[in-house]
Amino acid sequence: MFPGHGGTTINAYLARPVGDGPFGGVLVVHHLPGWDSATKEITRRFAARGYNAICPNLYARQGFDVDPDDAAAATRQAGGVPDEQFVGDAAGAVATLRALPTANGKVGVIGYCSGGRHAFLTAVSLDVDAAVDCYGAFVTGTPPEGFPLRVTPLVDRTPQLGCPLLGLFGNDDQFPGPEQVDELEAALQAAGKTYEFHRYDGAGHAFFNVDRPSYRAEAAADGWQHVFEWFGRHLEGA
Amino acid sequence: MCSYLTVPTDIAGSAKGPQGWFPVTSAQVYFDHPFHAPFDHTLNIDFADPARGPGARVAVELSADSARRLVESIQAALAAAGPASD
Repeated sequence: MFPGHGGTTINAYLARPVGDGPFGGVLVVHHLPGWDSATKEITRRFAARGYNAICPNLYARQGFDVDPDDAAAATRQAGGVPDEQFVGDAAGAVATLRALPTANGKVGVIGYCSGGRHAFLTAVSLDVDAAVDCYGAFVTGTPPEGFPLRVTPLVDRTPQLGCPLLGLFGNDDQFPGPEQVDELEAALQAAGKTYEFHRYDGAGHAFFNVDRPSYRAEAAADGWQHVFEWFGRHLEGA
Repeated sequence: MCSYLTVPTDIAGSAKGPQGWFPVTSAQVYFDHPFHAPFDHTLNIDFADPARGPGARVAVELSADSARRLVESIQAALAAAGPASD
């Protein structure tokens, strides 16, 4: 539990390595389906690799005891999580990581699906040291008419990006499609930002998700290698 | 971000969830990534009573083909019932 946006208490899944550290921290942002087992498993994966990792429940306002899928459905019906609320919750999670006695002071953020957009939003809004956007839609591009979530593109905020950005995308994805990834890359170049993109043929949306038919082992394995190289490079001791 | 158009509709009736029967007042219909069904995308329907909280929900995730067959079945059943069947 920690204070999120507006001082509201929200819950989170925290996974830590054994030992005195110091360890870098990773904020894991869950996907649109919510604070589910798959994302908690990802959080444990970071701990197993020597990071303090936290995954806040962005749908906690639906209730702490609500099933993640029910909370996701209710949040979807309500139009999604407002960006301002997410940034407040992310700030609370980053502060929680930095306050851990084993923290080295550095924090990275990674997110999947809607969490990929949230990772970018974190990196343009908060003081973090590295970011990873895994197929986050609507960093660029405008949601189609009738889209149930009230989201707006973030690309205009690229100049405020305060840390290096790693992007991992499937070329068969529609949200974000390759042309939207191109647009983000052009914006990063124009702003002179440090970034690295990897795009995978034969992979669509959610290729990291081992529980789903969208899983693509080759892309996921290569992607994980890049993720750990990225955090290894940018989250080493303070 | 992995979702498409949501088509909500008001409904009147009941559904049975883990806590037993409860009235349902809305159906959210959308084609999106499922939580459980082994397909990339499914036709999802949430039968819910939002006033009772997020847990008052009965969810189904159907392949596109089976969803179309279900629509035909519903239409056939309602047609057999006749026009004054409320």
